[in-house]
Amino acid sequence: MLVFFFVPFLIVFKISFSQTAIAMPPYTPVFDVLRDSWAMTWSKIGELSTDTYQFLTTDDLYWRSYVNSLVIAFISTCITLLVGYPIAYGMARARTEWRPMLLMMVILPFWTSFLIRVYAWIGILSREGLLNKVLLWLGVIDQPLVILSTTTAVYIGIVYSYLPFMVLPLYSALEKLDGTLLEAAEDLGCPPWKAFWQVTFPLSLPGVIAGCFLVFIPVVGEFVIPDLLGGSTTLMIGRTLWNEFFSNRDWPTASAVAVILLAILIIPIVIFQNQQAKAQERL
Amino acid sequence: MNKGPTYFNIVSVTLGFAFLYLPIILLIVYSFNEGRNVAVWQGWSTKWYGALLEDQAILDAAWVTIRVGLISATASTVLGTLAAITLVRAGRFPGRSLFSGMVSAPLVLPEVILGLSLLLLFVAFDFSRGFWTMTLAHITFTMCYVAVVVQSKLVTFDRTLEEAALDLGSPPVKTFFSITLPLILPAVISGWVLAFTLSLDDLVISSFTTGPGATSLPIKIYSQVRLGVSPEINAACTILIAIVTVGVIIASLQMKRSEMERQRAERLAAAGG
Repeated sequence: MLVFFFVPFLIVFKISFSQTAIAMPPYTPVFDVLRDSWAMTWSKIGELSTDTYQFLTTDDLYWRSYVNSLVIAFISTCITLLVGYPIAYGMARARTEWRPMLLMMVILPFWTSFLIRVYAWIGILSREGLLNKVLLWLGVIDQPLVILSTTTAVYIGIVYSYLPFMVLPLYSALEKLDGTLLEAAEDLGCPPWKAFWQVTFPLSLPGVIAGCFLVFIPVVGEFVIPDLLGGSTTLMIGRTLWNEFFSNRDWPTASAVAVILLAILIIPIVIFQNQQAKAQERL
Repeated sequence: MNKGPTYFNIVSVTLGFAFLYLPIILLIVYSFNEGRNVAVWQGWSTKWYGALLEDQAILDAAWVTIRVGLISATASTVLGTLAAITLVRAGRFPGRSLFSGMVSAPLVLPEVILGLSLLLLFVAFDFSRGFWTMTLAHITFTMCYVAVVVQSKLVTFDRTLEEAALDLGSPPVKTFFSITLPLILPAVISGWVLAFTLSLDDLVISSFTTGPGATSLPIKIYSQVRLGVSPEINAACTILIAIVTVGVIIASLQMKRSEMERQRAERLAAAGG
């Protein structure tokens, strides 16, 4: 028994230590650690650490990026919920023998590369892309629309990429729903739409909340979608951080950006984890 | 819910799946396009696949990606399974909630944060960046997914089986390998597949943690995509999609089969008892 518990414990402890350093970005920006000795680095941190934050407040690029990211994440979470809810609802009402198959079909795109799926949209949304061709052919528009490199394209990409994250928790909440409750509501003379709002929707709320967090938190820091689908005008913090890091090679600023981003996200993350813990206790 | 689907349900599910799959299908179809222009269809051809096989840079990147994927999936499966067992079994230990938080945080944390912080960690420890730092980073984030998958299986695990083995004098280690592991194996396998595919297509974390000389396929694809859409990339993406799809289908069939076998064994046991 001792070996059985002790060895995993040791390893787990080791992981937990390495993860503390990983999960929270070291709040100490690294100044030339590669060249300086440890002692020098530490003393430099003491001298310089607030400068980068002061720099962040002087340039409005950063807070515009933060606000923009939050707005984009919020709006796209709402759209994803609106799109995902009917899908999850339809899946939960499907025949029992069909459900594993449908579930599999939602999960499959989630396993295929994120990058590839975003990339696929470039071809569709571009000026000579499929969407414009179809719209022109249908006669809806007579000039090709400029969709790629706009915020609209970013929204499309986000909703598309994060749809499975929304559908899966919604589905698992809706699937557990007790059909007799709805029947009772109907027997008591409740019209279907009212039954939906008063019975189905409140009961699916845990799924709604979990889905929204699963979409909102990663989208705030999203990099690939705004970079590939959005134009230079689409400011999102993930992209700012990336540019700061890879183009400007300004590591301290990049770290400061990350720390603030994490600070913004820590509240939703904590709420999400409490939610998860509660869901597990219910099991 | 026992009421059958309505037309509205059928339509919404169909449209939803069309939305999910149409871009992928288009990508695959256009990878067989004869012409250079991705937007204009000029007949079937497999020449871009041929061109891909001659592109040494892409082949190297693919080889790096596969090696990173195999190593990190295996390591993260071992570590993730251990973490899951500890979380489910150990009850309350000091720092348990912190630990379980750490296991689930990377699932939602933006990748840029994780990538940057891992990089800063490697720099702080003075690791030279390249293949191994990328592999380590992949182990870190895929481990969490494995832990979650295995944990959900362990929650429904019947502990009396283990207790019976222990009562009959089986040593704990042997009990683990002959009772516990076979029973949670489907979850462990699907955890491995999940870790492998996640590692296969990670771009952001790899970009941060890799160094000169170790370019993974997503990094390569990304840098090419920024230059413009090309049918060669379509072909590369199609191959990746095919690998992942086959892997996922095999994993799910595997899980289904072992589930059926388990149910049959249970029925037999019930009939015999």
